[in-house]
Amino acid sequence: MTTLTTPPPVPPSAATRPDGSPDTGTRVKTRDARAGWLFLAPFAFFYALFLIVPTLYMLITSFFNTSLVRPGLGSFAGFANYAEMFGRADFWSAMWHTLQFTLYTTPPLVVLAFVFAVLANRLKRGQWFYRLAFFLPFVLPSATIGLIWVFIFTPGTGLWPTVQGWLGMEPTAVLADPSWAMVGIAIATVWWTIGFNFVLYLAGLQDIPRELYEAAAVDGASPWQQIRSITLPLLSRTTTLVVLLQIIASLKIFDQVYLMTQGGPGISTQVALTQIAAIGFTDNRIGAASAFSVLLFIVIIAIALIRQLFERNQDRSA
Amino acid sequence: MSTRLPQGRASVPAPPGPSRRRVLAGGLAGAGALGLTGGLSGCGSPLAAGVAGTPLNPESVTFWNLFGGGDGARLQTMLDVYREEQGSPESLTAATFAWGNPYYTKVVLATLGNKPPDVAVAHATRATILAEAGLLEPITDDLLGLAGLSSSSFTESVWEAGRVGDSYYTIPLDTHPYVLFYNAEVCQQAGLVGDDGKLVTIEGREAFEAALTEIKGVTGDVGMVCSNVGDTSGSWRLFQTLYWQMDGATDFLGEAGQQLTVNEELALATMDYIGGLAKSGLITPTIDYAGAGTKLFTGKAGFQTQGEWEITTAQGIEGLTFGMVPIPTVFDQPAAQADSHTFIIPRMERTDAQRELAMGFVKSLLDQSLTWAEGGHVPALKATLESPEYQALEPQADYASAAEIAKYDPPGWYSGSGSTFENIVGAQIGLVQQQLASPQQALDAIKEQLRTYLDTPSPVLGS
Repeated sequence: MTTLTTPPPVPPSAATRPDGSPDTGTRVKTRDARAGWLFLAPFAFFYALFLIVPTLYMLITSFFNTSLVRPGLGSFAGFANYAEMFGRADFWSAMWHTLQFTLYTTPPLVVLAFVFAVLANRLKRGQWFYRLAFFLPFVLPSATIGLIWVFIFTPGTGLWPTVQGWLGMEPTAVLADPSWAMVGIAIATVWWTIGFNFVLYLAGLQDIPRELYEAAAVDGASPWQQIRSITLPLLSRTTTLVVLLQIIASLKIFDQVYLMTQGGPGISTQVALTQIAAIGFTDNRIGAASAFSVLLFIVIIAIALIRQLFERNQDRSA
Repeated sequence: MSTRLPQGRASVPAPPGPSRRRVLAGGLAGAGALGLTGGLSGCGSPLAAGVAGTPLNPESVTFWNLFGGGDGARLQTMLDVYREEQGSPESLTAATFAWGNPYYTKVVLATLGNKPPDVAVAHATRATILAEAGLLEPITDDLLGLAGLSSSSFTESVWEAGRVGDSYYTIPLDTHPYVLFYNAEVCQQAGLVGDDGKLVTIEGREAFEAALTEIKGVTGDVGMVCSNVGDTSGSWRLFQTLYWQMDGATDFLGEAGQQLTVNEELALATMDYIGGLAKSGLITPTIDYAGAGTKLFTGKAGFQTQGEWEITTAQGIEGLTFGMVPIPTVFDQPAAQADSHTFIIPRMERTDAQRELAMGFVKSLLDQSLTWAEGGHVPALKATLESPEYQALEPQADYASAAEIAKYDPPGWYSGSGSTFENIVGAQIGLVQQQLASPQQALDAIKEQLRTYLDTPSPVLGS
């Protein structure tokens, strides 16, 4: 973030609280603490009920042959569900497709958002229009996005084949071709969510004091050198945040795949969560689906941990 | 941010009038109250029903189905007749969902959540799985009596298809076999149409291949279209029909889906035959569902293997004379893949009045079986099947016999119409037809992909 000039801290020894105890400045009063917990209680209740309890249930059922339609946990399976997942070809292909989607979307969403933010930041007038234009798709729900892009990619009569026709290209049925379907979904996703990263970057850019750029310009730095030496380093926190959010969101993709291709053609766009939903809710096997979910959970935790270590390294070297 | 917070200075005096916080709080409270009253008004509203556990829309019938396209349009006219009979458009809430696995997933989850539809459509091969899962109400003689029906009102084979253990769980509506559509003009030119204007009977491999070759000569394109792109069910149905025409064919799956009992030799022979026909150009190697219909209608092919439900599409094409017959017996005996649409009553807390209302709806639709039969289906209600009006329907009369040689999908918790089993097997057969896999490769892939399902005990049966 920006460099602030903070006022000198108040020496702790001199101040005392009304009840006579020394004011250490950092410890919260018991009265305030209790009020804080009470404010948290409603949210904590729903958080426990809808997040913590289902996660524990998932961990437990992954060791049983739990069925969707039968009561109880079912017979004990030990690690059989995990072994089944490792032995299934469609488990590995689902994981690979999820990774493929992450690779297709994360770099454009980070780089393009940065580029557009830098360009929009240069505008003196009309910046509001570009903020609106980039952010508006983000406001739409996933079903709308699915419909729009299915129309665009409709073989023969959609917008994309029509444009291809104007350009003299052979029309491709993007969502019906196993090698292109994932690209089509990635394009729809980038269009949909670039606004969010764009706004994050724009806010970060507007925090950078103009004096730094002016000083660099006086020293003879070209615009590209300014971007490389001032903008990028000062936005490094934003960038790591954006990259982390992007990666985790991409690993959890479901809506666009379910709505646009249902995992097809064949299983070429079947990703981890659509496969989990198929195993759990279509095959009625909650136990097996939980095992798959736990494995995905481990992957996401691992990535978050890596980011923590990376950031700690960054802090130490900064 | 780069602003500094004031430290210990007197805060700016508040402006007169309500503060922004108070206006926002008041607005939120007002909106919340409006929302709550709107949501809770009428005990049948989904929000109140979900929170309080009361039944959903107790005075009207909720009906779920998976009929789209021509079938869907026809169904809407039948539902409108019911609404007129009841005198109110509110008497029925009908919802149509995407065909196949997505539909059944919704029915299962709705029943588990205790808010299922009053009546739903199900394929006979999928209804038995739902019954095993304990999600359906048994169809007793008393229940049928509420609609003035009995078990003998229906064709026996279709009635028996809904049997699980000692009880029956389905009310049959129709049987829909896989049949052969033919373009009468093209076939006339190929010399395959008799004096009665109908297709001559074709029996045996030589006659069948000769016919296809003749047609190919006329069209200059192919003899027959069989859709196999994005249509795994279609590929499966073609395979099932030809496979069961061979002597010695056994069910693909046995022991309720735990065993692979297919006659591998015959399965390979069938796939080989399909691949061979595609290789010699007698059938299309690569075509999708809609494209296959277009090829037949525009005279680029003379035959098409397709479900009889496409009759409405064909009848809508101007200037097309077509006919439908059972798929010719190419091998040893007649056979046709088929499934049946049935009504199911999902399990939930019902009053007798609700039961009566639901059965009244079923009766109304069954009374309109002739309208449904005009959509190509073979009615399961004997009264309609044996009526002179149905027997006079053309071309339905020509293929009604296909319902008698119907071969359902093998039993299994992952099998049935639109199921994972059909998707796996159908995809491989489609590849063989596309010349992208050999029959042995396809069979190996099928075995490998089915391995998980074969080894997994049924999650729907009580353990």
